[in-house]
Amino acid sequence: MPVFKHPQILIASNLTDGEVVFLGSSGWERDHRRARVARKAEEATALEALGKRDISANHVVDVYLADVEIGSDGAPTPLHYREKMRVKGPSVRLDLGKQAGEGAL
Amino acid sequence: MTAVDLRVAQRPNAPMTTYRYDEYDAAFVSERVAEFREQVNRRLSGALTEEEFRPFRLMNGLYLQLHAYMLRVAIPYGTLTARQMRRLADIADKWDKGYGHFTTRQNLQYNWPKLVDTPDILESLADVEMHAIQTSGNCIRNVTADHFAGVAPDEIEDPRPTAEFLRQWSSLHSEFSFLPRKFKIAVTGAEHDRAAILVHDIGLRIVKNDEGEIGYQVVVGGGLGRSPFIGKVVGDFVPREDLLAFLEAILRVYNRFGRRDNKYKARVKILVHEKGIDEIRAAVEAEFAAMDRSVFAHDPEEFERIAAFFAPPPYESLPATSALLRAAKLETPAFANFVDVNVGAHKIPGYAIVTVSLKPIGGVPGDATSDQMRVLADASERFGFGELRVSHEQNIILPHVRQDDLFALWSMLDAASLATANAGLVSDIISCPGLDYCSLATARSIPIAQAISKRFSDMSRQRRIGKLGVKISGCINACGHHHVGAIGILGLEKKGQESYQITLGGDPTFSASIGEILGPGVTAEQVPDVVEHLVDYYLAEREEGEAFIDTWRRIGHARFKDVLRREGEDGADI
Repeated sequence: MPVFKHPQILIASNLTDGEVVFLGSSGWERDHRRARVARKAEEATALEALGKRDISANHVVDVYLADVEIGSDGAPTPLHYREKMRVKGPSVRLDLGKQAGEGAL
Repeated sequence: MTAVDLRVAQRPNAPMTTYRYDEYDAAFVSERVAEFREQVNRRLSGALTEEEFRPFRLMNGLYLQLHAYMLRVAIPYGTLTARQMRRLADIADKWDKGYGHFTTRQNLQYNWPKLVDTPDILESLADVEMHAIQTSGNCIRNVTADHFAGVAPDEIEDPRPTAEFLRQWSSLHSEFSFLPRKFKIAVTGAEHDRAAILVHDIGLRIVKNDEGEIGYQVVVGGGLGRSPFIGKVVGDFVPREDLLAFLEAILRVYNRFGRRDNKYKARVKILVHEKGIDEIRAAVEAEFAAMDRSVFAHDPEEFERIAAFFAPPPYESLPATSALLRAAKLETPAFANFVDVNVGAHKIPGYAIVTVSLKPIGGVPGDATSDQMRVLADASERFGFGELRVSHEQNIILPHVRQDDLFALWSMLDAASLATANAGLVSDIISCPGLDYCSLATARSIPIAQAISKRFSDMSRQRRIGKLGVKISGCINACGHHHVGAIGILGLEKKGQESYQITLGGDPTFSASIGEILGPGVTAEQVPDVVEHLVDYYLAEREEGEAFIDTWRRIGHARFKDVLRREGEDGADI
């Protein structure tokens, strides 16, 4: 099992439209700020199990855990620049993706 | 009128110079759409798992990327009709976000299609004789060709009939649908290589022997990616009647001996490198000698049938030069610059080849809006027999424009922000989508291209610098061809940050070379400074008529490394 260094959230792509989604408390969310945060390794394992369940249920694909930091408002923000891109949209087209209100930011 | 002419003439909006589907082609593509529709339905219903479905979607060009699905549409040998370009625009509006991205494989990518819409998109493409088959997967991919095919003055023969012949041979080839890795073929029929054939799995160069017969020089084992190699000649002169059998023999040797244990060592270039070209040539020749070649016997009638689709359009008899063009150039300096940079010589007197740059200063290389696609379609109908080409440099070509019409065309393009006069110059940058879209990318590439383009926004400075190929990839897979950029830029991850490795001396032509690393990686912010220092040094050192690559070859890599190090020591922000 990989070493647990940071809080984590579960990221996936929605099956029907491919949009980036995040596992929240009551299902998959399109806004990463509503993602459920794993603060311990066991919680991360539990998130992964839920991800596998929803892969099997054909809701999502390409599911993985991403390291985050927690802001003063309690919302998670990805640490790696790749996932930072995924929660917003293309940096060269600010009019597209979640950052433009297509899906939630 | 021949049967082919009749069939072409009967079609609405029929172009004069491209392959048209016959009943077999149309049925085949329609069946594939219906099949994929069924596969999507089974995926959505849960009858297929993602693991089961993934090979099917990839066989139909559908990827899952960073923000959404991505659909890669095949544009065989880069040739499009006006009708097809309009359909690409309509699809962008109806099912995507109003734009498309033209790629280095002469294809088009939509960045935002929904899985549920993809069968409808494919059906719409099939309606204009297009598809997305074999734009992904370990098969023979879209066959590319010189984008000046059929019109270049230096051409021995139009490579498109050969490319189409190969497309038909390789489409759903049962033996080669599950190769060790993907397989890319490029064809040129000219004295100058505009199709980068030496960095393809197979490169074909149409040549003429001493008897005046047409044949092919066959090159194998070129490629970019993580391990770049220049291809090696496996057949000096393969007669046309042997071409299919010879290629079949190469693919069989690759299929048999190519590595399947390690995807990073699975391309034919690794096989050629590890075995040596002599052993590969011997294996190919042995296979060629032993195989039942009757199956692949050349069918001259079929080749001629295909070639007839690429017959020259009905050109007018015109003077070699145009008084109208001369006058317009004198009157409008911006137009004169466009002509000097983006307009090339045509084999027919009075005509010209026009490169429409998809690299506006600060823009996204290769992107075109749906409105721009429609303008291009209109322009091709008004001024170019309804034909367009996509270049591997991610630009659009109008291959048959009367010199007399150039000013009117330029005015039309200018009004649509399509008249950037930078073809081949420092801001005509090849760039992959990078981490702005691609799930494989390790760094962004488009913002780097934009920053360099803005740094050299002074067009007169660009013209003084002259031809200079800058190519950027956002990962080691090298979709942005950085290895063969005179200045190549590779985006990597270093300690959790985007980092850019610069290479110098790459060349994609018949004098092909792989770029050499300049030094340690630099940050995104430093890249424009580094490029500017390199360009300034080149300008200071160049001799009369030398392009950047010539100066680099003459004075050597070390001198460029030195100047960069000195600049760094002097406190420059690099």
